Amino acid sequence: MRLRLVTALCLGGAMSITQLTAGTDITRQAITKHLGVLAAAGLVRDVKVGRERLWEFDPAQLDEARRTLEAIAQQWDHALAKLKLAVEE
Amino acid sequence: MNPSTDRIERRILLKAPRSRVWRALSDAAEFGAWFGVDFKGKTFVAGKPVQGKITYPGYEHLLMEVQIERLEPERLLAWRWHPAAIEPSVDYSHEPTTLVVFELEEAEGGTLLTLVESGLDNIPLERRATVLRLNTSGWDEQIRNIEKHVAAN
Repeated sequence: MRLRLVTALCLGGAMSITQLTAGTDITRQAITKHLGVLAAAGLVRDVKVGRERLWEFDPAQLDEARRTLEAIAQQWDHALAKLKLAVEE
Repeated sequence: MNPSTDRIERRILLKAPRSRVWRALSDAAEFGAWFGVDFKGKTFVAGKPVQGKITYPGYEHLLMEVQIERLEPERLLAWRWHPAAIEPSVDYSHEPTTLVVFELEEAEGGTLLTLVESGLDNIPLERRATVLRLNTSGWDEQIRNIEKHVAAN
């Protein structure tokens, strides 16, 4: 369910709860709860457009996770380079 | 779990016999020499933790601890740890660990080493920022040292 919401927001840009529930039998209440969990995890955020409250995908957290991964990978590249020097001497 | 951010995998061909590479991995003191931690007098035993002082300049006040998980002669070394645990005041023991696995295979011209670190998605976000800081504060210097070393040999 939450994955479906994130996918919908990735593909569709900012959407209202009405748009997110359209064509499904999920209640507004249930959607609101899921969005709350996703927002707490930093994956989505709400924006005010006029009088409407829209929800959109927030890529910042995924970007941070990816940057961290690159940093750790770089540290390993470095450690492995030292190992290579040590065993090939 | 996001497969693109949860694990790191590296493969490297080492121009050395498997027995030599295994010694550099499994002999705690030798391991420490290239990894940058003082494990002199320590032994890797499956199921046991090993602790030593980091020898990397600027981080000598820190202890590194790994929990050895598996040790299969000339084939596999696996441990768990808290990556980039660089704040002395923080107790990391309650945080999830990542799993680091080194695997060795015979290859033409030497030994193929595969390194996998997994479980990174479990590391709390505020710690990820520390990892980034660690990277920018010291690593470049160490890379330059290696380059110098390689150029001199």
